[in-house]
Amino acid sequence: MAAGFKTVEPLEYYRRFLKENCRPDGRELGEFRTTTVNVGSIGTADGSSLVKLGNTTVICGIKAEFGAPPTDAPDKGYVVPNVDLSPLCSWRFRSGPPGEEAQVASQFIADVIENSQIINKEDLCISSGKLAWVLYCDLICLNHDGNILDACTFALLAALKNVQLPEVTINEETALAEVNLKKKSYLNIRTHPVATSFAVFDDTLLIVDPTEEEEHLATGTLTVVMDEEGRLCCLHKPGGSGLTGSKLQDCMSRAVTRHREVKQLMDEVFKSMKPK
Amino acid sequence: MEGAMQTESKIRVDSGTEHGPRGPGCSLRHFACEQNLLSRPDGSASFLQGDTSVLAGVYGPAEVKVSKEIFNKATLEVILRPKTGLPGVAEKSRERLIRNTCEAVVLGALHPRTSITVVLQVVSDAGSLLACCLNAACMALVDAGVPMRALFCGVTCALHSDGTLMLDPTAKQEKEARAVLTFALDSVERKLLMSTTKGLYSDAELQQCLAAAQTASTHVFRFYRESLQRRYSKS
Repeated sequence: MAAGFKTVEPLEYYRRFLKENCRPDGRELGEFRTTTVNVGSIGTADGSSLVKLGNTTVICGIKAEFGAPPTDAPDKGYVVPNVDLSPLCSWRFRSGPPGEEAQVASQFIADVIENSQIINKEDLCISSGKLAWVLYCDLICLNHDGNILDACTFALLAALKNVQLPEVTINEETALAEVNLKKKSYLNIRTHPVATSFAVFDDTLLIVDPTEEEEHLATGTLTVVMDEEGRLCCLHKPGGSGLTGSKLQDCMSRAVTRHREVKQLMDEVFKSMKPK
Repeated sequence: MEGAMQTESKIRVDSGTEHGPRGPGCSLRHFACEQNLLSRPDGSASFLQGDTSVLAGVYGPAEVKVSKEIFNKATLEVILRPKTGLPGVAEKSRERLIRNTCEAVVLGALHPRTSITVVLQVVSDAGSLLACCLNAACMALVDAGVPMRALFCGVTCALHSDGTLMLDPTAKQEKEARAVLTFALDSVERKLLMSTTKGLYSDAELQQCLAAAQTASTHVFRFYRESLQRRYSKS
């Protein structure tokens, strides 16, 4: 009977739960789904991670290649993110060129990398004006159950921490780069941006970590990306119902606690990793 | 036959030339808006903020493709064309922001199974582009007679490394700023409809910028009202 009601009136069905301050999957309004992270599982990539936020699964693989630095910044390398939402993850996507949601997610990740200055682009430069590292970050969604932005940001952060770049020296005689695969070093990760997404319901209620059906029923979404010093890298609110300043304050405080949870999880994972 | 109505407004708290240095506080660049300048779209508007200029056209409510139709409300589509080059991923991201902002105010339930298309063309970009696009879109929707529950406006805020706030920055000021925040606010309760930010800033600075943007939005809404009053009082 409940299943019938849910199909016919999904919003009313949902409101019944929200009145009791909980959600159909049993979570509270401010509770995140179980987050699991696995680092370094892709052997062919220079850095990789797999993040699961409940059922939402995102895998990130980073490949480092050589490239010429841009002419207007000759001592900087590149970080090129790409979010791939394939038909595998949800019935809403078709194969072919990236759809709007994938492009928006890719732009969001690029903005987070740029704004938070997670790595110093000067670290990626090998020889000023001639050779630099280009990090291609491919984020592939394996299962889309809502809150893709949080999962992608977390996957990217974990994968970047896992990246090991070999040492490169420029041979003066031949002017060629010599790569020493035996000597690898980790990237210097300066900040740890963590994304917290909210969905706005009926213009007033804010719920954290929406699932896919919650995202469809919501009247607006908000994503806050915060680093460990409480600075905001990104406040992404793509339209939707209006929010007052005080509601934003509540979101900020939730984002701070979420950052602590994620940082703790990441530290545990990296501590438990055996050195290669 | 209504001709194009042009209204201009100088909204400045401190006096000074348009290109001179501005002090901190609520000072926006020179505004100008022209409505009904294109004959084919149902509604059109050109919005100028200083040297930034955006032309918007609205078609709707019109026929919608069966694959895109929504049974109980209008399908909104936004197309943003840059001044030069082909539209890229950044334009797609901006289109999504503008579309979701319009969806929050347009009463789509009054026109189910129809499409409302907003086409924005960047004519010149001298800073605060997204805010200018939002303002042009709003004026064009009003010109087209699309039913809306509120008007919206875009305000850009730039934070410098010493913490000073600057509203409606020029392109040069945006580049030098530590953070650039763009907000879309609605006219009824000045609530935050859309926000997109670039750079690092603290929570307190965000609240400061939001408050400054809310004060600036009153000027923009007053300008909308004056410009529409002038247009309808003459005809």
